[in-house]
Amino acid sequence: MIRRINKTLRIQWPVLLLIFLAILLPLFLENTFYAYFIRILGLAGLYMIIALGLNIVVGYLGLLDLGFMAFYAIGAYSMALLSLAGYGFWWSLLASVLITMFFRLAVGAPVLRLRGDYLAIVTLGFGEITRIVLNNWDSLTNGPKGLSLLSSAAVQPIHFFHRTISTNTDFYYLILFFVVLCVVISARLEDSRMGRAWVAIRENEIAARLLGIELTRMKMIGFVASAAFAGAAGAIFARWENFVTPESFTFWESVMVVTMVVVGGMGSIPGVLLGAAIVVLIPEALRNVLGTEFVSWRYLIFGVALVLVAIFRPQGVWPNKRMSRELKLEEKGGSQNR
Amino acid sequence: MSNLIEQLLNGLTLGSIYALVALGYTMVYGILLMINFAHSEVFMAGAFLGWATLTMAQSLPAPWGIILAFAVGMAGCGSLAVGIEKCAYAPLRRAPRLAPLISAIGVSIILQNAVFLWRNDFLAFPLVFPQIQIPLGAVQISLVQLVILASSLILMFFLWLFVNKTRLGQAMRACSQDREAAELVGIPVDQIISMTFFIGAVLGGAGGILYSLYYGSIKYNMGFVPGMKAFTAAVLGGIGNVPGAMLGGLLLGLAEALGTAFLPQAEWKDVFAFGILILILILRPRGILGERTSEKL
Repeated sequence: MIRRINKTLRIQWPVLLLIFLAILLPLFLENTFYAYFIRILGLAGLYMIIALGLNIVVGYLGLLDLGFMAFYAIGAYSMALLSLAGYGFWWSLLASVLITMFFRLAVGAPVLRLRGDYLAIVTLGFGEITRIVLNNWDSLTNGPKGLSLLSSAAVQPIHFFHRTISTNTDFYYLILFFVVLCVVISARLEDSRMGRAWVAIRENEIAARLLGIELTRMKMIGFVASAAFAGAAGAIFARWENFVTPESFTFWESVMVVTMVVVGGMGSIPGVLLGAAIVVLIPEALRNVLGTEFVSWRYLIFGVALVLVAIFRPQGVWPNKRMSRELKLEEKGGSQNR
Repeated sequence: MSNLIEQLLNGLTLGSIYALVALGYTMVYGILLMINFAHSEVFMAGAFLGWATLTMAQSLPAPWGIILAFAVGMAGCGSLAVGIEKCAYAPLRRAPRLAPLISAIGVSIILQNAVFLWRNDFLAFPLVFPQIQIPLGAVQISLVQLVILASSLILMFFLWLFVNKTRLGQAMRACSQDREAAELVGIPVDQIISMTFFIGAVLGGAGGILYSLYYGSIKYNMGFVPGMKAFTAAVLGGIGNVPGAMLGGLLLGLAEALGTAFLPQAEWKDVFAFGILILILILRPRGILGERTSEKL
């Protein structure tokens, strides 16, 4: 039985070691000066979930999405509203994910025919529209003031493995659980018929169509699946933060998630995880290294690092094997296919 | 009725600024097929250079201060963009498509934070032009608006002349049609690309100064919203298409003005603008003036 599970998941011992370390880490950090780091790691975990979702669209399908955080926002607001209405965490989570997927479906239906940068700009437009609507629909979202879950008696506590989730450490473990879950789902998707169809579409749409792949349907499934990740992450974020405002879901955030996927390595699951960790943790690490005087320099340094990564590792820090092989071929052959 | 016309004039003013900035996006896209994210920061840099010049040259008589500000802002932005192109984009000519995008995002973060470290709050942009309203039939137009409209139209006219009537402009068009073929017939493609960045940034820098003259204050993150609108305008007109960017900018400005006139809250006007964009893209994905490009196999 275990061997069978292992065969489908292809768990290797470094992965197990990593998960083991991730479980132990808070025990060392708790009650020390670095306790706040648990929170930052949790945040990195949330971004890992989102980046894994975006990876389906950007990495596998090869489509650029510049408004992905809109679906994170929809997940977060759904969770906040459902919690305020008194529904339990797990049902609200499920509902939030479904709501997010529904919105993604509604948005995707008309726009998925568009190619390349047009798709990017339309997703950007939807992202901004979502934020503006959240900011102005006062009767539902309380506008720019946001929704607070703290003072409401209707909000039910979260139960997870017979524990009540409340502290940063609790949420760290909850998020860790979801990161592992999302990695498994991503890995299974990647190796499925569907995953292969997505990659075929990325490589050459026309050839993929000739092979009998239904382009629009396959793109749509990938598009909607990616939103589920963002919706789940948003829902957890809403309960963790106990507060949602439109300010958390700017265009800039969407750009950062794209950055995570590309810096880590498009289409590579370990790469995307690493990319999310890098983008969240480097500015934080710099905060400690630079000292109080130079704290404001850290984003400048981050920008320089981004440019350097783009120039020296355009395929990402931990690239997908197939993609890096293609890059090498292209360098040798010198032919340019755009 | 006159209120509506005034709104439309406001829209036209803003739209002409969007058009100026959109030209930078569209020309770079035409040649490199790349969204130059850093362009909105070049726009911001133009505003700050203009502000710095105006504050330092306060003693100059009235028209010379602003002329100097434009000269410094435009030349500064042009050189800045050429520098960016050489350092951050040129090494990536043969990289996968999203790599230059990440590089551009990096440059954008660098520029914003460099300015943030220098001045991190709103700065008042000197009001160079007296607050005069000029009657125009039944409606009034302010002097600043007139200056913005006139100068952006003049700049666009010169760009049109350059692109269509000079050898360099011809080389630029050749590069955007087919870079490899252009190289084969002896066009120095790298220099043409640098020149394209330079011209786009000069227009963007001018746009930054005009925008600050209109709103009267500047901040390190001011480039983002107008930059995004300008990019929208470029797509609206058909990205890669120079007259398309001009038309797209003006149309977007007008659409926004109409949105402000008919919608209850000012902020909904952005929804209106993006809604139009999405509709147009769905119904006519290549933009208003864009050409149908055949798919390369």
